[in-house]
Amino acid sequence: MTIKAWLDLAIQDAERRNLAALRPLLEALARSTSALRSADWNFDATGDSPRSSTPDAR
Amino acid sequence: MPANTRTIAELARALRARELSSETATTECLARIAERNPAINAFIAVLADQALAQAREADAERQRGHDRGPLHGVPLSLKDIFDLRDTPTTAASRVRAGHLATEDATVVGRLRRAGAIFLGKTNLHEFALGTTNEDSAFGAVRHPLDPNRSPGGSSGGSAASVLDGMAYASIGTDTGGSIRIPSAACGLVGLKPSVGEIPVDGVFPLSTTMDHVGPLCQSVEDAAILLDAIRGSETRRTPRAVHGLRIGVLRGYFTALLDPQVGAAFEATCDALVAAGAELEEVQVAHAGDVAPVYLHIVLAEAAALHAKTLDSHADDYTPNVRIRLEMGRYIMAEDYVRALRGRDVLIAEVDGALRGRDALLLPSLAVPAVRLGAAVVKIGTVEEPVRNITLRLTQLFNITGHPAITLPCGTTTDGLPIGAQLAGQRNRTDDLLSVAGAVESLIGRRVHG
Repeated sequence: MTIKAWLDLAIQDAERRNLAALRPLLEALARSTSALRSADWNFDATGDSPRSSTPDAR
Repeated sequence: MPANTRTIAELARALRARELSSETATTECLARIAERNPAINAFIAVLADQALAQAREADAERQRGHDRGPLHGVPLSLKDIFDLRDTPTTAASRVRAGHLATEDATVVGRLRRAGAIFLGKTNLHEFALGTTNEDSAFGAVRHPLDPNRSPGGSSGGSAASVLDGMAYASIGTDTGGSIRIPSAACGLVGLKPSVGEIPVDGVFPLSTTMDHVGPLCQSVEDAAILLDAIRGSETRRTPRAVHGLRIGVLRGYFTALLDPQVGAAFEATCDALVAAGAELEEVQVAHAGDVAPVYLHIVLAEAAALHAKTLDSHADDYTPNVRIRLEMGRYIMAEDYVRALRGRDVLIAEVDGALRGRDALLLPSLAVPAVRLGAAVVKIGTVEEPVRNITLRLTQLFNITGHPAITLPCGTTTDGLPIGAQLAGQRNRTDDLLSVAGAVESLIGRRVHG
């Protein structure tokens, strides 16, 4: 789902639930999600399989 | 005179030398609470009778020749998010009305066995989801040095109780900075250990993968005493000197948005370390700019899952701001949560890389001094940042990655508000970090106070 489609649906749902105060937060979340999705470390299925450089990380 | 002019280590020495009793130390703290808590609102519950009974028993035990260690008879406060048997754990929320803990949280049990006295439960940002303590069913906590400012949060009542001499130290939780932010704002030492190092059983959760338990106190030595107790194992640490420390300084994202007085205090700290023979080198976390979105998508998704049932059944019992933030988390898609987990692995590798061959990383703890109550944004130069974003900016990375981190006081503003410097160490090597912090404290502690 695109972020725009998600945001439209989320705002509609929040309004249906009488949570109008959520709108600016959802808009901020959409900007944050956009940044997350554009990060250069996101998995690309056309590239190499991912490797963990820290197998004991957690 | 405030009770907390002594550190835990100093009080322990005085108790062992029979210069005063635990009952006297506890009575002093309770008197300070009675005098100051109405204005500060640090405590949700004061357990005076239980604390005095515990103190008398600690004294009697010592008379019998049984010494439990450096916390024997030491009065502490507990963030009201830890289960303390036979008392409510409110998490500062009406949602928790009627709760009574049937047993101690694991860390509380360990503190009890170490002889600690529990003065009471401290106020917090509701469910630890916030950095100012303004959203609490019990009202805002006020900064002891300026009642119009927040002591920081979410462990704000804990920090205020220590700064104001109501307790010798406090135990808090840190999911994005909730120990280090109020410690920095209140001029305390605040330690977030490595992820998984301290059990979180009996602690009301915020994020199942980023919650940490740790102390807010007056010295690195006290942090070490409290860490030993809550970890349940004592460690012999090798003292370090400043000379020869290898420290990576995080700049870029981490110094790009600082109050000028915070920036000046941080640079003065760096200069003092260099002058004392530490080797400082600028290091990078290449994806530092991704820290906030990674953190947000993990913490809100996990918190929303924990609160989903009560958001439906008790929505009106949450404070409006906390409710709406939790509701925001319910809209995060699984795909984006998983992306954030991938981002976490990237950040872990980058922080590990920055630490390679070094004793610690150094950065400011909190970009601004204690913020004014009621403020929605903070202005730095021409930039306006939401209070939540600016306060979490420098601490949340180490909740994502799990590296231990500690804040130390490194200066004050011209208004007398504290400024903190933060050190982060290798994962699962919190004791080494404390050794480094002890060395740094011996230098900047003298500089700030002397």
